[in-house]
Amino acid sequence: MSGGGDSQGSIGLTGAFTQPGVSSFVEFSNSLDSSLVTFGAEPPVSVSGGSRGSLDNIDVPHGTTIVATKFAGGVVMAGDRRATSGHLISQRDIEKVFASDDYSLIGIAGAAGIALELVRLFQVELEHYEKMEGAPLSLDGKASRLSALLRSNLAMAMHGLAVVPLFAGVESLPVDSDNATEGQIYSYDVTGGRYEERDFHAIGSGSSFARGSLKKLYDPASSESVAATTCIEALYDAADDDSATGGPDMTRRIFPIITVVDANGTRFLNDGEVGDLVEQVVNRRYELPDGPRATLQGGSNS
Amino acid sequence: MNLPYYVTPEQITKDKADFARKGISRGRSVIVMQCQEGILLVAQNGSKSLHKVAEIYDRIAFAAVGKYNEFESLRQAGVRFADLRGYTYARSDVNARSLANAYAQTMGSIFTEAAKPLEVEIVVAEVGDSLDEDQIYVLSFDGSVADKRGYLAIGGAAEDLNTSLAAKWNTELDLSEAVQLAVTSLRKNVSNDGSEGQGFDESELEVALLERKLPRRKFRRILANELTSLIAG
Repeated sequence: MSGGGDSQGSIGLTGAFTQPGVSSFVEFSNSLDSSLVTFGAEPPVSVSGGSRGSLDNIDVPHGTTIVATKFAGGVVMAGDRRATSGHLISQRDIEKVFASDDYSLIGIAGAAGIALELVRLFQVELEHYEKMEGAPLSLDGKASRLSALLRSNLAMAMHGLAVVPLFAGVESLPVDSDNATEGQIYSYDVTGGRYEERDFHAIGSGSSFARGSLKKLYDPASSESVAATTCIEALYDAADDDSATGGPDMTRRIFPIITVVDANGTRFLNDGEVGDLVEQVVNRRYELPDGPRATLQGGSNS
Repeated sequence: MNLPYYVTPEQITKDKADFARKGISRGRSVIVMQCQEGILLVAQNGSKSLHKVAEIYDRIAFAAVGKYNEFESLRQAGVRFADLRGYTYARSDVNARSLANAYAQTMGSIFTEAAKPLEVEIVVAEVGDSLDEDQIYVLSFDGSVADKRGYLAIGGAAEDLNTSLAAKWNTELDLSEAVQLAVTSLRKNVSNDGSEGQGFDESELEVALLERKLPRRKFRRILANELTSLIAG
């Protein structure tokens, strides 16, 4: 590697630049013999020796909870705004949910620096394929690329710098298609294992609490705004019981990031929209601090 | 140097240039034109899937005439160049000028070093926030670059097209007027030529726009229905 992008000018667009049949940005940049793409690089060898590296003791910011649930025609994905370094809150307004392209969303939990790099690389990877091929990848194809990227980070994950994404989207159909879209949610493990989720999923430190909450509240036939409220309830429950998940910050007006993907593409709810939904949820919690109650069939829950 | 026959550099260059020009002049033309809404790219192209006009990056488009395999390879190299730049630095650091330079050096060295020159002419266009900030570069088979304002045509009928565009183009054109100007110029040229019969069908047009007001990726294709209504005004 010599001089990054500047070396391209002097050698011209030859070699890897004109290699036929390669539509992956990662494969292309790896064949450049460059250090421009560092994601998935081997971690530095431990100075303390032993099988476990010194990275174990580094407190890097970690992202916490992401939730997603299907609604009629799409998926809503939301994330809290907290990043923690050990016992410290390292950031209270971090963004952990992104549009990976026009028809898919990615949320991240784990080592924030590596996770954000994963998102950036994944975004470039999808757009690069689309431009090279003149057509976007299928939703399964996108999910599969994310698997492979994640797998390349396994060495870092084994040193404690694990990243776990949550991926959701709809198939991007031609403009004139009449077919109804259906959202899909994919979860991952650190080895790149990919699992298609049926209706909802949550990842990150508060995920067990969020998942319990989603399980009682989700409705795949609901509207977008009901699904968004469900996500806020789930994040509220996660923040209620998990110290690393941030609840809605009413004083600073820092609210969860809420994103939607359906046949019209991806959309981020704006601060006003999220603020209104959050206020409704919080106001209801003054009456019922544990959130909405389920009614048991034939039981006497009231 | 003990070459069996001596051919002067002038002769080599001239032969290669003649060869390249001949190849390019067989190709159908592409028109690139600034308008109020952005930069319009119109190609006469019988194929629906083998594009002559394509997206490179957020604000940058590519248009080409000549041999498909040669300009397709250049297009892909351009996408790789731009994506690598954008990933390494920032999206705003990718610009048409550096891409045009990279193309110029590549095409120039192929022209001097390879036995066969490229039989292509390409355009790299970058849309700005206003008409004044648009950049359009045209590159020839030998690596020579020129930056253009307003409009330009490349390909077989470039000279005639440029003449007819010069008479009509002005800075006030909106998208619909620009599409009409491009299409009538191509039509007129085809019927003058006579070789293509009475004009051509709208479905043979490949039209795209680098649209100023789009948020990030400004390149979009103008498909059949929209094209028909734009031509109708």
